[in-house]
Amino acid sequence: MRYLPLSDTDRGEMLARIGVKAVDDLFADVPKNLLLKEPVDLPRRKGELEVERILSRMSAKNISASSVPFFVGAGAYKHHVPATVDHLIQRSEFLTSYTPYQPEIAQGTLQYLFEFQTQVAALTGMEVANASMYDGSTGTGEAVLMAHRVTKRRKAVLSGGLHPHYVDVVQTLSEMASDEVVAMKADVGGTEDILSQIDDSTSCVVVQSPDVFGNVRDLKPIAEKAHQHGALLVAVFTEAVSLGLLQSPGSMGADIVVGEGQSIGNALNFGGPYVGLFAAKSKYIRQMPGRLCGETVDANGNRGFVLTLSTREQHIRRDKATSNICTNSGLCCLAFTIHMTLLGEAGLKRLARINHANAVKLADQLSGVKGLEVLNKTFFNEFTVKLPQPAAEVVERLAEKGVLAGVPVSRLLPGAGLDNLLLVASTEVNTDDDRAAFVAALKEVL
Amino acid sequence: MLNRQGRPSAPQAHGVADPAAGMGDQAARLQGDASRAGADAGSHPTFTGNKALAQIEPLIFEIGRYDTTGVDLDEPDDFKPRLGGLERKEAIGLPGLSEPETMRHYVRLSQMNYGIDTGLFPLGSCTMKHNARLNERMARLPGFSDVHPLQPVSTVQGALELMNELGRYLLTLTNMTAVALSPKAGAHGELCGMMAIKAAIEAKGEGKTRNVVLVPDSAHGTNPATAALIGFVVKPVPARDDGYVYVEDVKKLLGPDVAAIMLTNPNTCGLFEPQVAEIAKAIHDAGAYFYCDGANFNAIVGKAKPGDLGVDAMHINLHKTFSTPHGGGGPGSGPVVLSERLSPFAPVPFVRAGKEGFELVEHETDAAEKPFGRMTAFHGQMGMYVRALSYMLSHGSDGMKQASEDAVLNANYIRAGLSDLMSLPFGNKPCMHEVLFDDAWLKDTGVTTLDIAKAMIDEGYHPMTMYFPLVVHGAMLIEPTESESKASLDLFIATLRDLAMAATTGNDKERFTGAPYHAPRRRLDETRAARSPVLKWTPPAPVAEAAE
Repeated sequence: MRYLPLSDTDRGEMLARIGVKAVDDLFADVPKNLLLKEPVDLPRRKGELEVERILSRMSAKNISASSVPFFVGAGAYKHHVPATVDHLIQRSEFLTSYTPYQPEIAQGTLQYLFEFQTQVAALTGMEVANASMYDGSTGTGEAVLMAHRVTKRRKAVLSGGLHPHYVDVVQTLSEMASDEVVAMKADVGGTEDILSQIDDSTSCVVVQSPDVFGNVRDLKPIAEKAHQHGALLVAVFTEAVSLGLLQSPGSMGADIVVGEGQSIGNALNFGGPYVGLFAAKSKYIRQMPGRLCGETVDANGNRGFVLTLSTREQHIRRDKATSNICTNSGLCCLAFTIHMTLLGEAGLKRLARINHANAVKLADQLSGVKGLEVLNKTFFNEFTVKLPQPAAEVVERLAEKGVLAGVPVSRLLPGAGLDNLLLVASTEVNTDDDRAAFVAALKEVL
Repeated sequence: MLNRQGRPSAPQAHGVADPAAGMGDQAARLQGDASRAGADAGSHPTFTGNKALAQIEPLIFEIGRYDTTGVDLDEPDDFKPRLGGLERKEAIGLPGLSEPETMRHYVRLSQMNYGIDTGLFPLGSCTMKHNARLNERMARLPGFSDVHPLQPVSTVQGALELMNELGRYLLTLTNMTAVALSPKAGAHGELCGMMAIKAAIEAKGEGKTRNVVLVPDSAHGTNPATAALIGFVVKPVPARDDGYVYVEDVKKLLGPDVAAIMLTNPNTCGLFEPQVAEIAKAIHDAGAYFYCDGANFNAIVGKAKPGDLGVDAMHINLHKTFSTPHGGGGPGSGPVVLSERLSPFAPVPFVRAGKEGFELVEHETDAAEKPFGRMTAFHGQMGMYVRALSYMLSHGSDGMKQASEDAVLNANYIRAGLSDLMSLPFGNKPCMHEVLFDDAWLKDTGVTTLDIAKAMIDEGYHPMTMYFPLVVHGAMLIEPTESESKASLDLFIATLRDLAMAATTGNDKERFTGAPYHAPRRRLDETRAARSPVLKWTPPAPVAEAAE
């Protein structure tokens, strides 16, 4: 077996040195009747060539985003990732290292985490950021728990513009922890009256902008009302590129900002792995979940970095920990920080303008299709379209014509009476030809 | 002296006037190095402070420029924005680098890291095995990496097939009934398993009364943290002198209030629990569930099936047992296998075979069963599923069995090579895939477990897991994995023997207490980092102010 260095001669010598006859003597604690005599009922080992053949065959059954005009978003976005990013994250020393528990030989990881935290804090307009979460949705669940710890209250109000999967994640966690959730009705137009839901028992209000229907939300009045009642504003985003063009959640008064960082540096990957961004006001750092990297000095006085404030964490605090999390999303967060470094402020802002421009162009073109209505007054790179028939059927027929048109709202919210609505995203990858193909195919299908 | 970022150029490490004034930042750092006792590197100082391949690398905020970008993009034509007046007006604060500068920055950072590809990485309980590059290549196939989680199911049949196949492999290896693939890491998998248990208890109408979870003292910290997170009360199971959990100790704690036990098997002392089947039976007889922490599954893949042992739920760390890269701390992946009693409660989403191909059940209302909810947006860590299945296909049933046997053999070989010099807290008996030493052999030497770990760094090794499990004093948990050759183990054993003899004879204490000497950094001040946290770079004060 190509991955196993021991030869049978080695094994024999090692058993002799240990002083046992057979390897199964080392498994003596396993009850005799439960120790398997034969390999389990699965195929035998395979060479690289054969494995590649099997998996390539499965891969070929899928339609990849780059191979068609592609407008699917709703929390995961197709962006161009520079070749440099994927090369660098595959360097052995990044790829095959562990959590930096031995900081003297993990300064590479620790320094990029420190840089990542600084970038995320800047991007969100917050004072501190952690070293990443699993993804945006689980990060949102953790943000709600954190708000409960800070306010010592246990009721979260979720906006009707929050991604329905995020709502489900928060609700599952809250139900299990016996915390209260007020989930507002799906809010297509971004006009819900969330202010009236905030009272003195509210721990936090969770608002996404741009929301799942694409609307850009003004968070300032929500922050003000929340703060009047001693509640926190948790601001969520699922499209990190939007922050290049929009006012930061921090500048609008958010107390905790959490979002999906996939758009920067990370491929679609059918939903994961992604990277959750998590930032907060610095007065709350001791209630923050997840890893934090901090600056310090070594015995020679040289600058270095370590994981810090770990007394919040499970390996020290056990059942009193702020969270059960014991990892971050290391390599995805490395991809994020490399791509962000390549972009820089100038590149990120330009990328955001291109995304917005492409979406505006597409919205204008779709508005010209008979029977079709773009519902948004505001949007960044995604908006909601009302079709004259169920969106799921239209999407299916467009897929047959080689266009991946977007996400039917019914896929996220079945039974909500929103079956004719379609979420359409347009990023820098879309060309004029893509848009023309989309419009032409739609006209044929409707 | 200030460098070009306006920072004082030399650390005032030794309470003396800046010895390197005028030399610039890097040279000043070198001066710090040169003053260290016992080090030879400073005897030939360099102008830059670099030492050949060991390069000093500033932060991107110290070398980047706000108008530089390494990505060529054309400005869009004029258009009317639709942002509702919420455009950003202020600067963000993100410097950029050109592509060559970016490449160099991160390559230099990488060179300050230790990985499996660098050398032996015996981090107990973490299973740092070889990461085959075939798996990386497979995960990057466009049909897996470049597909969207919400594109029509008809366009991702191969992706669903892969998830289904991975599930089949995991269920076959464990003899369990259902699998929840979506948890994003081991601790997330624990949460998923405990949520399934909570849902099952509530379905039986016992939600109000069964709220205690038994957790042995030797457990990973994530176990009690997970149980507490969803409202369970954690009760410890005391440790015995021989490192095992005994069924009579568990029985004493059982009652109508007990919801579950969270047991790691093989346990964190590196031992297989001989009474695991009896414990499972006692738990079941009391109406409770058996959660098994699968962190140490690598010892028994193809040798024993957790389902045969009576396990109700177990997470599998794909990043340990099935070699998906640890990546400097994630992303992980923690699918949970469930027994027949818990399988109806598996969360959405899951894949099932339908008449016209694979179906993806994304909503509780679409399931015939009683899913307890959703763990994450979308469908979990697809990129990790591909890598794990690639590992399993490569190894096959015979290779996976051999890998477990080799992992156990390697750990026992280390035990045999060191048992005369280092102390084994539970006696010199066979271990599973990791061997646990305590620090009794260091008594009165003035050398600690931490010092041994740091001295190992100087010898070119990543240290073992230190101070875990908590049940033995000064724990050193060594897990070599099946990826090490006999020659590699022989050198490792010889090195540890040399360290052990040096530590116990006491002739060269500084070799330990001052270590590491040869790493990119000397020992780091963690207390200072925690006392006044600096968690991000801040722009330096203006020169005039800094000079005052």
